[in-house]
Amino acid sequence: MANIPGIPVYKEIGATPAPATGGGADRARVVIVGAGPVGLAMALDLGRRGHEVVVLSRLDFIAHASKAICFSKRSLDILDRLGVGDPALAKGVTWNVGKVYWGEADDPVYQFDMLPVKDQKRPGFINIQQYYIEEYLLDGVMKLPNVEVRWGHRVYGVTSKDDGAELAVTADDGGVYTLEAEWLIACDGARSTVRDLLGLDFEGRVFEDNFLIADIRMKHEMPSERWFWFDPPFNRGKSALMHKQPDDVWRLDFQLGWDIDRAAAIRPENVEPFVKAMLGDVEFEQEWYSVYTFQCRRMARFVHGRTIFAGDSAHLVSPFGARGCNGGFADVDNLGWKLDLVLKGEADEGLIESYNDEAITTADENILNSSRSTDFLTPKSTASQALRDAVLELARDHAFARPFVNSGRLSTAVHYPASGLSTPDTETWTSGVAPGAPVLDAPHGDGWLLDALGDDFVLLTRGWQGEAPAGVRLIEISGLAAERLGLGEGGAALVRPDHYVAARWHTIDPAAVDAALKRAKGGMA
Amino acid sequence: MTGLNTTPNLGTNASADDLYQKLVALHDGLSEADSLRVWAKLVLILANHIGDREVIEQAIVAARPVAAA
Repeated sequence: MANIPGIPVYKEIGATPAPATGGGADRARVVIVGAGPVGLAMALDLGRRGHEVVVLSRLDFIAHASKAICFSKRSLDILDRLGVGDPALAKGVTWNVGKVYWGEADDPVYQFDMLPVKDQKRPGFINIQQYYIEEYLLDGVMKLPNVEVRWGHRVYGVTSKDDGAELAVTADDGGVYTLEAEWLIACDGARSTVRDLLGLDFEGRVFEDNFLIADIRMKHEMPSERWFWFDPPFNRGKSALMHKQPDDVWRLDFQLGWDIDRAAAIRPENVEPFVKAMLGDVEFEQEWYSVYTFQCRRMARFVHGRTIFAGDSAHLVSPFGARGCNGGFADVDNLGWKLDLVLKGEADEGLIESYNDEAITTADENILNSSRSTDFLTPKSTASQALRDAVLELARDHAFARPFVNSGRLSTAVHYPASGLSTPDTETWTSGVAPGAPVLDAPHGDGWLLDALGDDFVLLTRGWQGEAPAGVRLIEISGLAAERLGLGEGGAALVRPDHYVAARWHTIDPAAVDAALKRAKGGMA
Repeated sequence: MTGLNTTPNLGTNASADDLYQKLVALHDGLSEADSLRVWAKLVLILANHIGDREVIEQAIVAARPVAAA
């Protein structure tokens, strides 16, 4: 039996007994609060690097709710690095193309390709229910003896200390205990308990609109594409979105407007007319209906001493652009290797400050893009409505207007052009991947470059086989991989463990590599 | 030459009158909402033709009422 009623269950796990602490405090080097996709990915990343991690989950099951469904190429690359990309790809619905329709017209006014550069291992996107991703991550975590997930354990008190944090925890069996962590990572979602208990801010815009999610199950043939409608005949004056998910499940999303009865909106008799107006007289079953509103908010800082926020606890966006869960995975990817180095004593604690900077860069780009999409979707004045409709009308006939059509700018890897960890270019580059941007995948040997990069610092070289600094793997590349990095003979790029380029050279210079490595580990401000 | 040109650039008074008349006639028979959309289309078409972000942003500043600037 699930410990919290009212939430549908995907997978029962059962409550974990409170630990026997013998009256003293329980301890862990890293405590993660929250076992959603971000918390589990964080646990898997740190666990694979050998660290002792305790994850606290309020629920004692995986919820069968309709949450994130669109996982970006960047997230798939991260899941690959964590060893769980393959099951996600096998189960998910792969798509690259998005189409935007307006009014009655059968032809799209605009379409886009999320994978304009081909010859990469992963597609632009997959659609897959969040609970599958959680299950794959949990499968990975369960294989690690150094990671413990405690189900049905709630945090009710947090004290920040100079050398960590102290948590007051209750378990479902009635046990109450103190848990001392060297590092606390709050991955406990939009209504973060840790954030509330520490009294921290969360600021931004709330958008005045309601959207209906109707996840339905039906047999239906349609290409695997993202279809978006402005002002369709079946939802006049508003928008709609359709996405294919695994298991014959379809996500239909209808804009409802602001002044509505939210409880009435999700009654089957009120949802059915929307579905039939969109799809005709089809047979379908209800999978999940809900109404959501959204906000674009973030904390002023994500790092508070030894307490770090990641995912929705730190930042929220509108769903248009799939920047929520994908943004959370970006946080995990950025924090994992940094905390690893700090825990091993190989980097100064100050390196964590670069997580604050880079994750805020990511959050701000996501918030900017999702706010702009929302303003295009739901014009706030007659003038902005006119401008929006002018764009759509022009887009039908004129290519120049199509870039203005904004039905969501879908999540891609965010760049950190101003990162203090990067060594700025001192030479002229006309191609390749600049410091602060992620390596572009390409075929490499019998496999793929991103797979070869793995979890470590890597020195990518072309036609140079000298010695890399300690702790850095040397990988020689050629062909398309070298071309995409802009490396000629004797060129090199230093790549961080999250696959971002830290520095690059036309002609490798071992002393410069050492300096760039030191800087990438936070050795220089 | 860069920057927004705010000196007369469209010929004689007669030419200006003619253009003015065409801009008025553009809205003949349109509702206010449709008219607003036509203005917006015209702005987008011209902005794309100009194709210089700096000039367009200077024009945006020049167009805003002073009190709201």
